[in-house]
Amino acid sequence: MCSVCGCGEVQFRPVADGARAQSATVGWRPAAVTANAAPVAELPLDFGSGPARAHAPGLSQGQMVRIEQDILGYNDRLASANRAWLAARGIFALNLVSSPGSGKTTLLCRTIRALADECPVTVVEGDQQTEFDAERIRASGARALQINTGKGCHLDAQMVGRALPILAPADDSLLLIENVGNLVCPAAFDLGEAHKVVILSVTEGEDKPLKYPDMFAAADLMLLNKVDLLPHLSFDVDKAEAFARRVNPALQIIRVSATTGEGFEPWLAWVRLGLERATVGATRPTGLTRMAGG
Amino acid sequence: MHEMSLAEGIRSIVESAARDGGFSRVTRVVLEIGALSAVEKDALRFCFDAVMRGTVAGGAVVEMIDLPGAGLCVQCGRNVPIAARYDACPACGSYRVQPTAGMEMRVRELEVE
Ligand SMILES: Nc1nc2c(ncn2[C@@H]2O[C@H](COP(=O)(O)OP(=O)(O)OP(=O)(O)O)[C@@H](O)[C@H]2O)c(=O)[nH]1
Ligand SMILES: [Mg+2]
Ligand SMILES: [Zn+2]
Ligand SMILES: [Zn+2]
Ligand SMILES: [Zn+2]
Repeated sequence: MCSVCGCGEVQFRPVADGARAQSATVGWRPAAVTANAAPVAELPLDFGSGPARAHAPGLSQGQMVRIEQDILGYNDRLASANRAWLAARGIFALNLVSSPGSGKTTLLCRTIRALADECPVTVVEGDQQTEFDAERIRASGARALQINTGKGCHLDAQMVGRALPILAPADDSLLLIENVGNLVCPAAFDLGEAHKVVILSVTEGEDKPLKYPDMFAAADLMLLNKVDLLPHLSFDVDKAEAFARRVNPALQIIRVSATTGEGFEPWLAWVRLGLERATVGATRPTGLTRMAGG
Repeated sequence: MHEMSLAEGIRSIVESAARDGGFSRVTRVVLEIGALSAVEKDALRFCFDAVMRGTVAGGAVVEMIDLPGAGLCVQCGRNVPIAARYDACPACGSYRVQPTAGMEMRVRELEVE
């Protein structure tokens, strides 16, 4: 199902708040993809029987070179750069991950409204297509930047790194990144966030944490959403939480409803604590000037 | 998971190693894949072939070395082998096992000309 991930055309759509709405679209094809596109015309027609195919270990005169490099090392280096950029400004960044439709955007909108008088919030919205989610965020009062990943099924550190100076979040603010709805890939791609927050909704079944263990292992907090629907379902909350903790014993869990607001006090308290720590721990170099924009 | 992205990551590692080392051809790419890394090896093989076409490693053989998973059991304090993240400790049955090895996804070595 992931044979297309990472190779789509990526578009950035900065969306300013209110009347200032500008909608620039930056088409972006990752360099790696473009680099590969050119030589295709020169391909030999015989795929899969080139000389190297006939290689038998031990018979070749080729020389072995040890390189020992992490496959995701490039993404990890860009994520570290994002993390340093955020830390220098005291910005608390969360990467929200879940399957499609578990309530990420609804939850973000309510969170933005609840924090409206406390601190500025900006949002990076990742979706394969459409600007719908960024528009919903804008309606709730925050600035949002939509990244359309095309065929790509996750955000990566390079996309977020490009979004940061465009979005230009204020110092000591909250940055919420809504990842593409997908419980698989986003687990492996560090964006530079302080925490991954996984959202599981009670309409999805208790066994999700065991079916997609990597995501639940990568997260620090799980929000169990749509608890307002529990009376109508046979979802076993204790079982779901036990499965999640089996994969990640240190996982914190909060039960919420993004539509009724149930459970929002502990969730907001968790966010406030993170904001405070980001501000106190900020590595702000003296004389740092903020990027223009926003 | 995301095998195409992984294959692209491998390609950029191989291409820059070839550039730095002045290799004209890469004929074999040896990967280390941990048991807990959730890599679909068949899918990765497929993506590898597609992504390497037309590069210095076009047609190269990809070889994958499996690295075992291991974890520290919080309950009994033992270092134990595990095959998946949600496996119970084989010694005491607890699920509180923190993975310590098996998450690797590395390019280990290249055969070059
Ligand atoms: N009953 C109930 N419905 C909810 C809750 N949260 C979200 N929904 C509904 O679930 C549907 C999907 O919500 P979204 O917020 O769009 O979900 P999402 O995770 O952002 O979806 P994608 O971005 O498409 O992956 C909408 O119809 C919401 O109204 C909740 O707490 N309770
Ligand atoms: Mg959404
Ligand atoms: Zn992906
Ligand atoms: Zn994928
Ligand atoms: Zn044990």
